[in-house]
Amino acid sequence: MTMVKVNGRDHQVDADPDTPLLYVLRDDLALNAAKFGCGLGQCGACTVIVDGKAVLSCVTPLLLVEGKQVTTLEGLGTVAAPAPIQRAFMEEQAAQCGYCIAGMMMRAQALLMRNPKPSDAQIRAELEPHLCRCGTHMRILRAVHRAARLMDTVDAASDRSIR
Amino acid sequence: MTGRRRIITGIVAIVLVAGAAAAFAVAWRPRIAAIAPPRPDTFDPDIVKRGRDLAAIGNCNTCHTVQGGANYAGGLPVPTPFGTIFSSNITPDAETGIGGWPEEAFVRAMRSGVGRDGRHLYPTFPYDHFTNVSEADDRALYAFLMTRQPVHALPPANQLAFPLNYRPLIAGWKLLYLRAGDVPSDAAKGAEWNRGAYLVEGLAHCGACHTPRNALGAERVNAQFAGGDVDNWHAYALNDSSYAPVRWTADALYAYLRHGWHSDHGTARGPMAEVVGNLASVPDTDVRAIAVYMADISGAPAPDRKPLADAVTQSTSADAAQANAAGAAIYAATCASCHEGNRALPYGGVNLALSTAIASPDPRNMLNIVLSGIGAVAGERSPIMPGFAASIDDAQTVALANYLRARFGKRPAWSDLDKAVRDARAVQAASLVARDAPTDSRQRGKP
Repeated sequence: MTMVKVNGRDHQVDADPDTPLLYVLRDDLALNAAKFGCGLGQCGACTVIVDGKAVLSCVTPLLLVEGKQVTTLEGLGTVAAPAPIQRAFMEEQAAQCGYCIAGMMMRAQALLMRNPKPSDAQIRAELEPHLCRCGTHMRILRAVHRAARLMDTVDAASDRSIR
Repeated sequence: MTGRRRIITGIVAIVLVAGAAAAFAVAWRPRIAAIAPPRPDTFDPDIVKRGRDLAAIGNCNTCHTVQGGANYAGGLPVPTPFGTIFSSNITPDAETGIGGWPEEAFVRAMRSGVGRDGRHLYPTFPYDHFTNVSEADDRALYAFLMTRQPVHALPPANQLAFPLNYRPLIAGWKLLYLRAGDVPSDAAKGAEWNRGAYLVEGLAHCGACHTPRNALGAERVNAQFAGGDVDNWHAYALNDSSYAPVRWTADALYAYLRHGWHSDHGTARGPMAEVVGNLASVPDTDVRAIAVYMADISGAPAPDRKPLADAVTQSTSADAAQANAAGAAIYAATCASCHEGNRALPYGGVNLALSTAIASPDPRNMLNIVLSGIGAVAGERSPIMPGFAASIDDAQTVALANYLRARFGKRPAWSDLDKAVRDARAVQAASLVARDAPTDSRQRGKP
């Protein structure tokens, strides 16, 4: 059994140490926001946050995250109370098919946690590992800027931290 | 004042004046008058095209372009043991670039490291190699650069402490280390070999990274291609002291330089990835010439390496697992699925028993690659590996490195790994902070 903290809760997981974190999240914990894209760490769809940093969960074995804090999109907000990053993506209508968006949001969240006012160029560079075939890139850029502004407002300020 | 004193004073004065005159003669170079930037259509397109290939062989853009910046506009900080030197703007901008340089000034800079204004240039600009470039090739390079887009950009001032910021001193360095005509030639070895010698020792300046440097920053002539340092990477030895588990051949080297990877050796990364990226546009014949020459002068592996190379190709046993359970578990869970999978290079991982990074006495390359990975290059069939900086902690990295070294390197443990891991992580983190907009696809991230 391996202990992982996901979205603020401790979980004892019965899986081999080489099981990708993505499979643990989806299959064992029923957290389906992180997506399987390429399985090679090349598309970004599986991105989650581990100890504050964006991590490609499909190439991260359970062994490496033992005892660490994992945050998935489900840990940021809910349908009733979306987090700033989620609100921003909705308000900018930044998803088309949406498959890549959970990963995009997680890396953008990690960026905003260490750099509350990223430039356009910094957002582009940060999200470069993420592939989107629909083509909502410009909306995604706007959404990240919007999330930065939302996080700066008083009511949302507490949501910069993650659970 | 007695007569004897007067004589001594006179002699001292004469010596001082003569010394000053000699130093002036050695250090002084005339200024060459500026010209109006020549119009691009005054250059022969065929010569410009030749210059483009030569610029790729010379890897000019790697130092003269910052990530995200305009091509050839300079400003890249080059850290040296003496301070930081910023690369110059070599676009044809009249004010901040080389737009006002007549061809003779450009040739003089390549030949002897002197700017148009007569100032000595720091040998960070590898004129100790470029002095071997033919005048015809210098002219083609000039034609290529003078037909680029002019960019108005002044590089930051160099950060050098006194007296190194006093440029006439460079003349002394040149007296010691600038030698023209160093290119070996041997009619018996054929045209390909001789072409390779010309490129390797001249424009391609392979030794600038792969040869260790002395206390004054010059390449050590008695240790040519014995391995050097660049950024936080080790540039492997290319001579008979190479740690490559399997000996390089001309064919292997050609494939590696052409495609960026070889199944017996793995992939080019770090600064070498940029070299290979540039070579992509160079004609096959020149890449092959480089490979033929390099493979020939690398010779047979040093005696103590030979048995190891033979053993590596047979053995993949894992005694190391018992000694280092933590490292073995990390390897099995994280690395093995690709490095022991069945996908071929460049998408699968190389058999780590073949890895020079793990056999080498310097752990930096292996640590850089674990933390930063290898980014995909747009439009190319290029090697890929995810970086693990965000998911592997320092202690885990040390355990993994020790395991890889023991199991695949079959050599004594690396010393001071904790510090090497911290350094590699600092470089990786700095690259995240420093990076700006993604640039053209050929410029890979500089970890």
